[in-house]
Amino acid sequence: MTSIITRRRFNFGAGASAATLPLIGGVARAQAPLGVGFIYVGPVGDHGWTWTHDQGRLALEKEFGGKIKTSFIENVAEGPDAARAIRQLAQAGNQIIFTTSFGFMNPTIQVAKQFPKLHFEHATGYQRAENVATYNARFYEGRAVIGTIAGHMSKSGQAGYIASFPIPEVVMGINAFTLAARKVNPNFKTKVIWASTWYDPAKEADAAKALIDQGADMITQHTDSAAALQAAEQRGVFAFGQASDMKAFAPKAHLTAIVDDWSGYYIKRVKEVMDGSWKTGDVWGGIKDGMVKIAPFNDAVTPAARAAAEAVQKGIVAGTLHPFTGELKDQKGVVRVKAGETASDEILSKMDWYIDGVQA
Amino acid sequence: MTSAILVSIFMTLVAASTPILLAALGELVTEKAGVLNLGVEGMMLCGAVAGFAVAFSTGSTTLGLVAAVVAGIATAMVFAVLTLSLTANQVATGLALTIFGIGASSLIGAGFVGRTITRLGPVFPAALSDHPLLRAVFGHDIVVYLSLALVLGVSLFLRKTRPGLILRAVGEHDASAHAIGYPVIAIRYAAIGFGGALAGLGGAYFSLALTPMWADRLTAGRGWIALALVVFAAWRPGRLLLGAYLFGAVMTLELQAKAAGVTWLAPELLAMAPYLATVAVLTMMSLGRRTGRLDAPACLGKPFSAS
Repeated sequence: MTSIITRRRFNFGAGASAATLPLIGGVARAQAPLGVGFIYVGPVGDHGWTWTHDQGRLALEKEFGGKIKTSFIENVAEGPDAARAIRQLAQAGNQIIFTTSFGFMNPTIQVAKQFPKLHFEHATGYQRAENVATYNARFYEGRAVIGTIAGHMSKSGQAGYIASFPIPEVVMGINAFTLAARKVNPNFKTKVIWASTWYDPAKEADAAKALIDQGADMITQHTDSAAALQAAEQRGVFAFGQASDMKAFAPKAHLTAIVDDWSGYYIKRVKEVMDGSWKTGDVWGGIKDGMVKIAPFNDAVTPAARAAAEAVQKGIVAGTLHPFTGELKDQKGVVRVKAGETASDEILSKMDWYIDGVQA
Repeated sequence: MTSAILVSIFMTLVAASTPILLAALGELVTEKAGVLNLGVEGMMLCGAVAGFAVAFSTGSTTLGLVAAVVAGIATAMVFAVLTLSLTANQVATGLALTIFGIGASSLIGAGFVGRTITRLGPVFPAALSDHPLLRAVFGHDIVVYLSLALVLGVSLFLRKTRPGLILRAVGEHDASAHAIGYPVIAIRYAAIGFGGALAGLGGAYFSLALTPMWADRLTAGRGWIALALVVFAAWRPGRLLLGAYLFGAVMTLELQAKAAGVTWLAPELLAMAPYLATVAVLTMMSLGRRTGRLDAPACLGKPFSAS
């Protein structure tokens, strides 16, 4: 039902203020502002995935002021409806359009063909074209950091993981988290609940409660709301925020969070459109590039856990530590990455197997 | 499994069922009066955001609940004016009400994203719920007890009281009810208002008790489940209670099964379980009937104008 009833909300605030410029200026006529469009899969108010992309959009407005005009369409269903929404932004005169969910991949390519002069940027996809670039963030690096903390601080040696859908991105995160925790505690186990949704706060909270009932004392998630953190706070266990710093929702439970920061990339790409140097490409940035950040640690994080987490973070930035360094065995004991080797991006982006210790 | 875990699962189950039960009970009364209001999801969201906004601003969850009821009624009145006074199509208006509710709640809630409030707490003192078994009885919040009382109240009202009989008459044969002098339109206004009040309260249960925060589309489609539940219950409050708790139980047990490590069942299949259970029970119930229709009020969805 929700796929039929999608809300369309346009933001023309910046456009309206730019339009009044010629009236005030008179002599120095402002150049027409550059249109920047965004397609969101969820509501801006989710405080998770879509919210962080919108923070990137706001950073653009702050950076460029009246020189750009941003607009967005939120709650766009992944599927045929997406093409219509993207085309709408293209026809509205936007020069660059960011489509921010995996399911927008085919519609983005399709619409980009019809508008060869416009620039398209698709988040988390793998199909590119002359005018379609892709970008993504290495969230698994952040998950290795929180996994290290979980390994140090879990008393039961069991974490609960609320996952959305078994796509490589999510599987990668579960594995990175578990691997890092098992480096600290070799018996560490991660219990996974597939919520089969990106966003259903009540269900996410219930999933957290179920995991806590079954012995997990560390809760982490790959779904978009802060509901699981609230459940953890209520039950007195620890948890990690997802996509943004979610401390406000669970001041005691929230140890830290993986923070997505798209603003740097968005500013860079819009600048390139302005000076004509934009080219297609593929960016997969991590902690080093500032696309993935770690939120401030809670005081509850023990000194040992803090030191270990910071060491992992530094190692990743320095390139001396890769979260997926062999030997890596899957649940059945098959060696997937040999000792001393590091999983290639190719292996990572197709990951469909679980590390030993994952219960999924 | 210890009794503490079992009680914990039970508590989760009750909490998960309560908002659906409330919204469905309100819709049941509305439909008994012959009006089909598909805008339950929209009314729930308006209740959820109003409840949160007031609870956040005043620091009182009780005031939040009151505000949610008021907001639910106000939203329902939009529907009532359009369908009763202007005889607009009920199905289309109900769908529009949901879209309106999603948008309005998002607009009002924009300033509350990221804020939190104190969760609606248990109504009885903690001493009464120390023991797990006592907790299963006395550990709930006020809305849970209220929802159970409302089921009983609505059931008695519809079956045992004269106003209840008149309301049913309006839903079964509006022309006859009108002919013998009952104010069909006024009764339907009241029924829609009651439906809105309970939908608002159910919605506020999300933002005040289940997940004490405001987030867009917090109800995530529960309003549609509530609508289905009314049909499932064949317009009977007792069966509605059973259905809501059954649905809550399957939802909760699905998650518990996954957490306990049931991996041989596909997660997608487990996610389908509540809906499969609903379809299965519906099928069984309709098989048990020769009439083929499930006791729907005869005038359900039909506009009425006293000509």
